[in-house]
Amino acid sequence: MSNTETIEALHKKTYDEVSQCIQCGYCLPACPTYASMETESASPRGRINLVKMAAEGKIDILEDLKEPIDLCLGCRACEVACPVNVPYGSILEHAKETIHDMEVRGKGNNRFKDFALNQLFMKPKSMKRSSDLYYFYQKSGLQKVARSVNLPEIAVKDIGAFEKALPRVPSKKYQIERGKRYPAKTEKAVRTVALFLGCINDAVFYHVNYYTLELLRLSGCDVYVPKEQNCCGALHAHQGQTEQTKKLAKENLLAFEEYEVDTIITNAGGCGAILQEYDHLFTEAKEWKAKAKAFSGKIKDISEVLCSLESLPFQERLDAVVTYQPSCHLNNVQKAGAYPEKLIRQIPGIKYMELPSKHSCCASGGVYNIQQYEESMKILGSKMTEVNVIEPDIVVTSNPGCLIQMSHGINTYGEGQPESIHLVELLARACGIKVE
Amino acid sequence: MNKISEQILNELREVVQENRILVKKSELYSFSFDASFGEYLPDVVLQPQSKEEISKIVTIANTYRIPVYPRGSATSLSGGPLPTMGGIVLDMSQYPKAISIDKENMLAIVTPSVITASIHDKAEEEGLFYPPDPSSSHVSTIGGNILENSSGPKGLKYGTTKEYVIGLELVTPMGEIVRTGGKTVKNVTGFDLTRLIVGSEGLLGVVTEITLRLIPKPAHKMTLLASFQSVVDSGRAITNILSAGVLPAAMELMDKYCIEAVEHYQPSGLPIGAEAIVIIEVDGHEASVNEEIDKCSDICRSFPGAVVKVAKSEEERVKIWKARKMVSPAITQLGPTKISEDATVPRSKIPEMIERLHQIRVKYDLNLVVFGHAGDGNLHPNIITDKRNIEEMKRAESAVGEIFQAAIDLGGTLSGEHGIGILKAPYMRSELGPALDLMKMIKQAWDPHNILNPGKMFPQKGQTKVVLTQNE
Repeated sequence: MSNTETIEALHKKTYDEVSQCIQCGYCLPACPTYASMETESASPRGRINLVKMAAEGKIDILEDLKEPIDLCLGCRACEVACPVNVPYGSILEHAKETIHDMEVRGKGNNRFKDFALNQLFMKPKSMKRSSDLYYFYQKSGLQKVARSVNLPEIAVKDIGAFEKALPRVPSKKYQIERGKRYPAKTEKAVRTVALFLGCINDAVFYHVNYYTLELLRLSGCDVYVPKEQNCCGALHAHQGQTEQTKKLAKENLLAFEEYEVDTIITNAGGCGAILQEYDHLFTEAKEWKAKAKAFSGKIKDISEVLCSLESLPFQERLDAVVTYQPSCHLNNVQKAGAYPEKLIRQIPGIKYMELPSKHSCCASGGVYNIQQYEESMKILGSKMTEVNVIEPDIVVTSNPGCLIQMSHGINTYGEGQPESIHLVELLARACGIKVE
Repeated sequence: MNKISEQILNELREVVQENRILVKKSELYSFSFDASFGEYLPDVVLQPQSKEEISKIVTIANTYRIPVYPRGSATSLSGGPLPTMGGIVLDMSQYPKAISIDKENMLAIVTPSVITASIHDKAEEEGLFYPPDPSSSHVSTIGGNILENSSGPKGLKYGTTKEYVIGLELVTPMGEIVRTGGKTVKNVTGFDLTRLIVGSEGLLGVVTEITLRLIPKPAHKMTLLASFQSVVDSGRAITNILSAGVLPAAMELMDKYCIEAVEHYQPSGLPIGAEAIVIIEVDGHEASVNEEIDKCSDICRSFPGAVVKVAKSEEERVKIWKARKMVSPAITQLGPTKISEDATVPRSKIPEMIERLHQIRVKYDLNLVVFGHAGDGNLHPNIITDKRNIEEMKRAESAVGEIFQAAIDLGGTLSGEHGIGILKAPYMRSELGPALDLMKMIKQAWDPHNILNPGKMFPQKGQTKVVLTQNE
């Protein structure tokens, strides 16, 4: 594909979308990178305009467009603020796809991208490899893993920064066995659901999946855990690797198809968001698009389902001050942002303190915090200032990326206090679910 | 068009921090537009951090005759901050933000980069009230509001931005730092330069500090929605209410095309089939508010077929206003390009103006919808089109010209709150006549080298109508 053809392709994909922007600027106050980088090119309105300029051939895709696009967190808070519903997420992914394709052709491909996404998350069929990699990580450390695949030194250093943010995980016996049906722990099952495990939660945070499963069972759900499910593909999509995303999407569509459930549970906002948008991936393949539509309609975050079941068996008072950093994708894409707070408020003994900037991203952004470490830390720093004012005992999150990021923030700016846990872990404690 | 040589850039580097000098192509394109039309590349974007920096920048600009374009959040609908002749964009949105409320004197002293809504919030915390409420107030800077003299629905009762600005600090086009007005509401010492600067669209100075007058916050408010079988009735209802001695905080009108667009986009319970609806809000002490809302209802109901719904709870009140806020997103579903005008007429002429607008809609076969702040005669005829459709854009250009002419014919004005910028400049002579030359003389005296925001407000040679397609 020549340069002109690339520009034409970008134009075809997204020009109608970018033309919807009326440049009113209502997105500016919602954008965390506009606030931290203090320039229009780091705002949604600025980025949309730059994509438009690139599609018109006025600026160069790699020279001029790539950097501002790379600096976007993809939190999509701008979509909620937009009065005319500009599909920013779609524009962003079209731009990333174009940039990625050009880089691959120009062999300027970012090696970290390849490592993180294809080695770590893109696993054929079974997810076993990632837990093996995790085992390797536990033995030798994340930096060693990164070095072993010849990452540039700067990325190794920045990955190393997150080393301490990863949790000490409980025994492997809590890792969920796939291809099984887990019966409800109530007298009668009220609902049958399927559980989406996700790759990071399955490999690193499998206690989060375990708590999710147990909370569902205690609330009266029979839970299927389909065997052939794979990584959701969100990180690939955010890097513009559309083909890989489609491949993963197809695997997941097939994996869940055979189960007759009306709800598929996720516990990671980042996964939930892309799963809910699988149908956007298939523009021409009608059969897949139909499958994806049916699948996407079933995706629900664990918090929404637990809220609607209203049957969590709280057993213990948790006398703790709790604050919550939402998952942007749970808020802005899944539109399920209200449920986690609702659940936290129900827990006996909890004093819930709202984070003033709760609608603003923690700057985890998938792997943004590794790729754009310094920019990410600026945003995290101001978030942590607010956390430190509240002085909570626990910071709750609802996505593994946010969990690592907030833990990192606490280690860096909060002297290791408070602790940061996933919402389901907090609920599990209150419901007396114990792990060793 | 490169006006800025390496040598000039080096001189600017002596004044402005390196990270506040933006020259990358991606940055220049990001400062090339606002919420109106066109795309104009600056040569450099500067983000000054003090009035001294601004003074030095302006001095350098004078030496080398470089245009300087101050810019806030660039929400302008008239092209106010567009760098039409290249040169320097002075990005004032990143100027240090400071806001202090003087409760005793009921004042707010703010820097220009402060977002207007945060003045609303801070004032409210002290039981005070800053009334000007442009619909972009959660995005726009107070600096931009001052220089465009913008306002919103509350203009009817509380007046526009100019009523609240009593003191300014600014850098003149020659680089001097001066103060106008002060902290007193009464001040007759010399010419009222404060008033001159407010609404001067950045032609006369770069404002660096603003002293705003605040008023006590009204304790209570009530809202109603009335629908009418004819536009004339809605206009009469508005004038009858005002002449009955009730001064509502807001009176918002929507024509049938707006109603249809909203209901089509997101059903909000608006009466389909009505020719016009009016939203009326009254505020003040509870007893008088109750009395006034009843009076408004009675007057509206006196028109045949009119239906009135008074909000009985805060929830219902919010719902009524939500329908009004839906107008903008709803109408953009009709097309990607929105030409938003703000021609204003004496309020008695509103029915006539709406009829003229509907005739223009038919004549040019355009999607023209009308809503706006009817109580003060400030209508927003919006043409929804697609700027890629050159043929339709040409029709829109002619329609815009006729809208302005209609407003002037009815004793009104080109702009109630959006400003002149580049979009209305061609029509200035037809409204102002020789007064336009007085304005030009003031500009010439203040800014002999035409450094600040050149190309705005005054028609360019041979320009008689707006051209919306030139830059495409």
